[in-house]
Amino acid sequence: AMIKAILIFNNHGKPRLTKFYVHYAEDLQQQIIRETFQLVSKRDDNVCNFLEGGTLIGGQDYRLIYRHYATLYFVFCVDSSESELGILDLIQVFVETLDKSFENVCELDLIFHVDKVHSILNELVMGGMVLETNMSEILSRFEEQQKLEKSEAGFSTAPARAVSAVKDMNLPQKIKDMKMPDMPHFSSLYQ
Amino acid sequence: KGIIANTPKRLRDLIREIRAAKTAAEERAVHHLNSNHTKKRHHPPSRCRNVAKLLLYIHMLGYPAHFGQMECLKLVASPKFSDKRIGYLGAMLLLDERAEVHLLVTNSVKNDMNHSTQYIVSLALSTLGSICSPEMSRDLAGEVQALIKSNNAYLRKKAALCALRIIQKIPDIMEMYIPCARSLLNEKNHGVLLTAVCLISQMCQLSPETLNHFRRLVPNLVRILKNLIMSGFSQDHDVNGVSDPFLQVKILQLLRILGHQDSAASEQMNDILAQVATNTETSKNVGHSILYEIVLTIMGIESESGLRVLAVNILGRFLLNTDKNIRYVALSTLQRVVQADYNAVQRHRTTIVDCLRDTDASIKRRAMELCFSLINGQNIRGMAKEMLSFLADCGSEFKADCCSNLAIAAERYAPNKRWHVDTLLKLLAAAGNHARDDVVVAAVQLISEQSAYQAYAVHQLFYYASQDFSQQPMVLLACWCIGEYGGGLFSDCCADGLETYSAKSPEEVLGLLEQALLSSQSRQSTKHVAVTAVMKLSTRLPHQEQQLLDSIRHLAAYHCTSSQLELQQRSVEFSAIFRHHENIRAALLEPMPVMEGRAESGRDLPAGSGAAAVASGDSAEVGDEVAAAAAAAAVAATFESLINFDDSSTGGVPNATIGLPNAATNSSSMLATNNSNSVAGPLIDVFGDLGVSEPAPVSEASALPALPPIASAGIAGLQLSLAGSRQQSNNVDLIIRAVNLGDTNMTNFLLQAAVPKSLQLSMMPASGDCLPPAGGSVTQKAVVTNPNGVSALCGLKAWSGLKGLG
Repeated sequence: AMIKAILIFNNHGKPRLTKFYVHYAEDLQQQIIRETFQLVSKRDDNVCNFLEGGTLIGGQDYRLIYRHYATLYFVFCVDSSESELGILDLIQVFVETLDKSFENVCELDLIFHVDKVHSILNELVMGGMVLETNMSEILSRFEEQQKLEKSEAGFSTAPARAVSAVKDMNLPQKIKDMKMPDMPHFSSLYQ
Repeated sequence: KGIIANTPKRLRDLIREIRAAKTAAEERAVHHLNSNHTKKRHHPPSRCRNVAKLLLYIHMLGYPAHFGQMECLKLVASPKFSDKRIGYLGAMLLLDERAEVHLLVTNSVKNDMNHSTQYIVSLALSTLGSICSPEMSRDLAGEVQALIKSNNAYLRKKAALCALRIIQKIPDIMEMYIPCARSLLNEKNHGVLLTAVCLISQMCQLSPETLNHFRRLVPNLVRILKNLIMSGFSQDHDVNGVSDPFLQVKILQLLRILGHQDSAASEQMNDILAQVATNTETSKNVGHSILYEIVLTIMGIESESGLRVLAVNILGRFLLNTDKNIRYVALSTLQRVVQADYNAVQRHRTTIVDCLRDTDASIKRRAMELCFSLINGQNIRGMAKEMLSFLADCGSEFKADCCSNLAIAAERYAPNKRWHVDTLLKLLAAAGNHARDDVVVAAVQLISEQSAYQAYAVHQLFYYASQDFSQQPMVLLACWCIGEYGGGLFSDCCADGLETYSAKSPEEVLGLLEQALLSSQSRQSTKHVAVTAVMKLSTRLPHQEQQLLDSIRHLAAYHCTSSQLELQQRSVEFSAIFRHHENIRAALLEPMPVMEGRAESGRDLPAGSGAAAVASGDSAEVGDEVAAAAAAAAVAATFESLINFDDSSTGGVPNATIGLPNAATNSSSMLATNNSNSVAGPLIDVFGDLGVSEPAPVSEASALPALPPIASAGIAGLQLSLAGSRQQSNNVDLIIRAVNLGDTNMTNFLLQAAVPKSLQLSMMPASGDCLPPAGGSVTQKAVVTNPNGVSALCGLKAWSGLKGLG
């Protein structure tokens, strides 16, 4: 019993995370993503969350178990001996973990920090098997690794970060947007 | 939130550019520029990471990123955790375990597995778990084993899963992991326990000896499970009030593997299974996943019947749940167990039938399949009613299957024939154009057998067909039946003393058939049947009024110029019957006998009756016909399939009826072998003077008695004669001579012969294919071998005037 692939894509089919636990060539991977999107996006919102897999991922023997959250589809492609209800629970754990670690995760987070999402996923699933299901355990491990990275960066990158931050502030626009307080009317003085 | 500020600039800009690209072409251009840029520059270490992250993003969107593999390897070799992290991530995604380059990372992984920082070790383990090739696995198996025994729980957990991947790749080194796997079961840490159970499950699935070895651990597993459910509130792993549901599920899966087909082990599990089943809180989804796993385990091991009933009842409760996912898994599990636990599942039949009305298509489909498994002699009436109303409302993707399955069920369990006929008709009406041909065939079969209900059936069919002409299977059936049994339409019909159907006038009936012939809604097969039906009706009319006959002639000839070959041919042939063969029209179109049972899933419909001439009823698909040997008309026949031998002793035109071919096999269907010496009719027993079972010792060729010539029934003026000489005891040489005594020239003459399967026949080339009038002849030699010494028959068929048809 194993998970064959974990895919996250948005409502237009753009992939936001793709992890394959079985080896496929790259163009085949893209085909799988497209086909999965086609299968999943056709589904109504009030039908059950299980589908037979498409023709590329082995047809009958594989199942797609998915959840749709706002603009994102989370799809786990599993073989027939995995428990469907259990995988649904697992998706829930994954999403909640992302939510806690990114503070109300949204699609932008996935776009700009795809490496972090991978790191979190690697604490949850390894080699297609479930590694850990306790959310606080996953989070604490992830945060410790973040700390380790930050401590390695040290002081040397601080100036570079500061410069980037200032450049991004877009001062001219901020000046335009600044709201000036109302000035008192002088006309009252000339009564 | 500062998402943007925390992302290094280069990556950020690239992502922005990509997202800003309005078309795919622009996007590709951006990628192209960037990958060129990335390839060319030699990056200082601090930028390496950003490059790698960039590569990941590109790769995910589907652009080739192979050039980044070396970057990743450089990063992995760096001493810093941050570099290694990205490097290993890139390696996992970009490196292909089938390419050579992945081996380059082996050394780094090996070193990192012995690193002092636990997170670096864990990165190495994760990578090995992902891109684990057989070579790498062999190299690193020892390191992994050492890590399973590490005193760091986090690493133990990852090492266990790593080991699992390794033994998937190289099953023979499984042995080295058995002792440490076993000791992992004594863990308190849930994460480690989870991975340990996974590892043991995989081992048991790979090797039966290991399975036996681990069976001894069933009591330990039972104890762990018990602790889980009894230990009250373990906050860490609690999910909505259930203690670590994932671990419970995995343990239950392992128990299933261990208890499968082993009653001793299964017995040790009975108690705990019942206990978990009754104690599990089901108000949230997590409880359901555990219960579902329990059901699967109970069904997968040698459990006592009480437990199995409990399992089925759990599934029954699932069916009432509002969550569609739960209903879905319940239905698919019930389908798997319905054969084994038939009675238990029957008790939930009403709920299952209710699921037919669900809005979700996958639930409807499973409910439908399950319903068909549950139909039996007692509930057939009620169930048929339910299925018919389902059929009327369901989507088109279900109709064909539902229709066919219901037809089968009706045939198997019909309480009486009237009900059966009714149900089949209603079935066809509800399924409309989705009904498959086998259902139509079954209906024909049934009606032909039930002579008591033929009139009733025809009236019903007439009614249905007039109501809704668009349902072609129904209309086809109606046309065929009207043709064959149309006589019943012209008088009142009172079926079983219930309703009375009033008589229809011939004009009405012909009107319906006319509609069938002319309407654009009619399929080709419908038109074929309609033409034949019109012809047959000419003999079934209550009064042979000239006006009606004229209409029939007109209808029959309507398609004489059709561009569809089959239709044109029929039209022409039938018109020819009116023109030239009025005297035998009645005989040609006599009613058919009851059809014999179909061989398999009989796709055929019977050929019509007639002497050597044939009328034809068709199947929608394969039209096997025997040729009409009308004078100048061409003949098309599949020779092998329909030769009938009837031991009628009248000469001239035998009233031979042609039986059903075995459509499944393309064999010539032969009836009885005829031991008599009679040479009347078209039958010749060429081995007649031998007697049945004695292989007469014959050493020299001897001539057979000369056989009297036979007049061909169909082709006027043609005379066939056979002369034979026996070569050896089992071989006969036949000389067949065809003489044209008539006064028309016969061209394209072709002779064919057929023998029963127990004989072998080979034909030599004929002397010619043209028979001039008044005495022209053609001879042809044939060799018949009779290895079994049975008395045998030989049939002959002659064609003339073939217009290039087979």
